[in-house]
Amino acid sequence: MSERVFKSLTFAAASLTVVLAASFLIVLWFSGFEAWKTFGLKFLFTDVWNPSSGEFGALGALSGTLFTSLLALLIATPLAFAAAMWASDAPKWIASPLSRAMDMLAAIPSVIFGMWGIDFICPHFGFSLFSASLILSIMILPYITAVMRDVITMTPDVLKESAYGLGATRFEVVKDVILSFGKNGLAGGIFIGLGRALGETMAVLFVAGGLNMIPSGLFDGCTTIASALANDFAEAEGLHRSVLFALGFILLMLEFAIQILAQLYLKRGKIK
Amino acid sequence: MISILLASLITLNGAGGSFPAPLYQKWTYQYSQAHEEVNVNYQSVGSSAGIKQIKAGTLDFAGTDAPMSDEDLKKEGIAQFPMVAGSVVPIVNLPGVASGKLVLSGEIVADIFRGEIRVWNDPRIKALNPELKLPKLPITVVHRGDGSGTTFVWTSFLSRVSEKWASEIGSGAIVTWPVGLAGQKNPGVCGMVSRVKGSIGYTELTYALEAKIPVATIPNEKVLGLTYLLIRDDLAPRKRAALNEYVRWCFDFGGKTAEELNYIPLEKSEVDLIKTTYLK
Repeated sequence: MSERVFKSLTFAAASLTVVLAASFLIVLWFSGFEAWKTFGLKFLFTDVWNPSSGEFGALGALSGTLFTSLLALLIATPLAFAAAMWASDAPKWIASPLSRAMDMLAAIPSVIFGMWGIDFICPHFGFSLFSASLILSIMILPYITAVMRDVITMTPDVLKESAYGLGATRFEVVKDVILSFGKNGLAGGIFIGLGRALGETMAVLFVAGGLNMIPSGLFDGCTTIASALANDFAEAEGLHRSVLFALGFILLMLEFAIQILAQLYLKRGKIK
Repeated sequence: MISILLASLITLNGAGGSFPAPLYQKWTYQYSQAHEEVNVNYQSVGSSAGIKQIKAGTLDFAGTDAPMSDEDLKKEGIAQFPMVAGSVVPIVNLPGVASGKLVLSGEIVADIFRGEIRVWNDPRIKALNPELKLPKLPITVVHRGDGSGTTFVWTSFLSRVSEKWASEIGSGAIVTWPVGLAGQKNPGVCGMVSRVKGSIGYTELTYALEAKIPVATIPNEKVLGLTYLLIRDDLAPRKRAALNEYVRWCFDFGGKTAEELNYIPLEKSEVDLIKTTYLK
């Protein structure tokens, strides 16, 4: 009896998360419906942003989101891979406290990164796409590193040792054994970092410059979907409000897609 | 005893434009200190956000520097009257140029904000500043990213001094800026200007002075704006009476604080009219 109650309770809890996720999608879709109806698919391909005349396009914020996130990945991935390589190979007495310190980086609230960015990054690189990417790369570094560390540790020692036995250099072992053995897991780590970068709000709002248009250079101001929502939502009414929900819908779909890819690759790389 | 005290305590919640916020926050503090039975507060959320909240009925009063239209006021059942005037100033970050030293004309400012003048050593700026050594630095325009009464005052000024501005961009709490970065409320614009070399922005005067950001001079031009209070007609009578009392106090005893913070109190005749019309 009690087991049945327990079973149904846990089942209810598990299904609740699914129901919640689905209802988020539904609410975002219906609240943004006016925007989709007004602009149609053109909404995705224009970057006008004019609340006073009621013309909106998602491309400004969408391109800012993609550019900042991809550039952040470009900066963070090599660093994360190098750090993970080192941490998996270094003597334990130093590797373990350092790994823990890297994990600590993940515990810093994003608004703190924003405050730090305003004072230490913006005076050098302006309020720009580049500043936002730099902040994002630091924020996603611990996530990617943690996954990569696990993937690299999982490479069977037998494989590595036999490669060394055949006369491979350290570089060749990394390139031919670890990378090829763990490539799915490593890609999964990258997708986890990407997922986090796409949705980051406060730090980007602080340093990106808040311009809702397609950036034409690295040092141009830009905005992302998440930070545009944070900026406009408190005062948006009517169509403007609906447009923000439509943007939220786009962001959620992007995040879902990235999550699915991340899960897929991590599963193939046999890491949960 | 405590429950009796709590029952008689009236809390008046206000929010809106950041333009009058330094003054309102001082006024509400002083008033609440001197009147134990009333607690007034004001949150600086931006004019547009304030209007949205008073329409939704979640505030007892709101502040805006971009007035609502008569039509809107009637439809929503909201009373609107001016509280105080303030000035908006251009602020600049130019290495080696002290506050008040850079001279600009209204038209030049409009052309900078339109993106037509793009470097600081532009001949037209140099002509007005023969004694300054202006660097060959690109101009970064900083404006507000949120719906803002300060923007309304500033763009109304630009529309008045530049025909091109008036026809191409116009005035409003939010406009489509041709160039520039967007900051959050008055402090955000100040923060951006102070951190980006070669930038120019606009802010309510008190913020510029508090943040010690150099101000540019526009001879013979004062960019003045009124800031308005919004009160719902359907506010509970007990609250309305307390709010009227507070606003009367601001007019009668708040002038000195306003002047200390560089705002300009209204004329007595205007105040009398407001009192008889709205604060009976």
